[in-house]
Amino acid sequence: MSEVNMFENPIAQAKSVHFSFDQRSIFNGLDLQIPRGKVTAIMGPSGCGKSTFLGLLGGRLATLAGTIWFDGDAVPQRKSDALYVMRKKMGMLFQNSALLTDLTVFENVAFPLREQTDLPDVLIRILVLLKLEMVGLRGARDLMPAALSGGMSRRVALARAIVLDPKMVMYDEPFVGLDPISMGVIVGLIRKLNDALGLTSVVVTHDVAEGCSIADYVYLLDSGKVIGHGTPEEMLASTQPEIHQFMNGLPDGPVGYHYPANDYLTDLRS
Amino acid sequence: MNFPGNLGRFGLRFVARLGASFLFLVQALAGAVKSLPRFHLIIHQLYSVGVLTMLIILVSGLFVGMVLGLQGYYQLVNFSAESSLGMVVALFLVRELGPVLAALLFAGRAGSALTAEIGLMKATEQLAAMEMMAVDPMTRVIGPRFIAGFIALPILAAMLSGVGVLGGYLVGHGQFGVDAGVYWSSMQNGVDLVDDVLNGVIKSVVFGFVVTWVALFEGYDAVPTSEGVSRATTRTVVTSSLAILGGDYVLTALMFGGL
Repeated sequence: MSEVNMFENPIAQAKSVHFSFDQRSIFNGLDLQIPRGKVTAIMGPSGCGKSTFLGLLGGRLATLAGTIWFDGDAVPQRKSDALYVMRKKMGMLFQNSALLTDLTVFENVAFPLREQTDLPDVLIRILVLLKLEMVGLRGARDLMPAALSGGMSRRVALARAIVLDPKMVMYDEPFVGLDPISMGVIVGLIRKLNDALGLTSVVVTHDVAEGCSIADYVYLLDSGKVIGHGTPEEMLASTQPEIHQFMNGLPDGPVGYHYPANDYLTDLRS
Repeated sequence: MNFPGNLGRFGLRFVARLGASFLFLVQALAGAVKSLPRFHLIIHQLYSVGVLTMLIILVSGLFVGMVLGLQGYYQLVNFSAESSLGMVVALFLVRELGPVLAALLFAGRAGSALTAEIGLMKATEQLAAMEMMAVDPMTRVIGPRFIAGFIALPILAAMLSGVGVLGGYLVGHGQFGVDAGVYWSSMQNGVDLVDDVLNGVIKSVVFGFVVTWVALFEGYDAVPTSEGVSRATTRTVVTSSLAILGGDYVLTALMFGGL
């Protein structure tokens, strides 16, 4: 699909978004579009605002200026019924899974169904087992979250994120802290679920290799703006210095490695 | 060094937190009303904050009552008034020690647990996850706990007073031979249902409200780190204790005519 077609009917978009946290500017004019039905990777160095973008997209944070759109509507900037209605069409996988620690795996996945629907227990059971089977954890349904490994927790959280059949799932650093096997499983699941369930996936990550392996489109953020975007192939082949440095993990380049500080020698001698 | 500046900053921070806590209270009360039909959540929390606090309340109540029996007897016997022991023990407990002690123990046992639980839920993004599942934490998490704390403390205070009176009886009758009938009848005659018992219940209802409010607010407002949750838990116990003791003076003065 050409880039033009991909963005014909985006599921979400940010228009001139400004956001600050503790008087530190995070975004100063962010513009991007999330293509419907695709896996979009949002990449960038740590602290560039990738996770903050998910907070804005999910309505957990309010913009200073500009608008975030989701599925044709502006994301409400305050807690409201409209925001909750919108969130029923979104799923989110948090970095540390955020499972409810006093509920079993089964009850964690059943939680959105019990809270949002009046389905009978028999149907809830079937839906939960279906989703747990998708992530390979049907057999772990009676375990408590404390008994799960990092990779398993993330898969349970993934099952929970898709149990209401949302239109879009947001993944906040889904590959962090996983062993290679778990990472491979999660990478495969994101792609497989996106295609099988007709979802749209937004993956926030700084893992270039894994992100590019599943993404249809990549945005690279730095200094509060999109500094590059394109298909993974285009991004990897880019010669633009900032993009080249990040995509190839180079220490030297326009993106600074050091936090701003006084002159090194002066500092040591003082 | 910069005393006026620091005082001003402290004042601003204090007022800001006070405002935030009142905003939280409004949201929590709305959440509590919405969570009323979800009876099983309230029952679950009543178990956590009420039943699990019972042991410390009952044991403390027994020993406090026994100490009151001892001290009361030693003083009353000087005036040959040991027959009033039941009334003295009961009045101390029903009017003051029952509500106040139960509230202090409740703040230490259940209040700190509530703060730590909510603070950790925040730190581990469980509250944010609920928000993203279109579930309002005020209704699902805060509301049931608010109702449970509000209901549990008056019951616990009544238990503490009841066991305390029994402790006083054990010492008065068992150790010093105060007549059982005299002990109970002096209590019956000296304790007024409205002036003493009802006022004590009102105090424990107010303390239950305040302690639960403080505990839940501190947890919800905690900085989502280990240190932040630890500080919030400490603040819950300190703030609740001060509020209980200060509030007790004000309520006593209002109820018994000092103000």
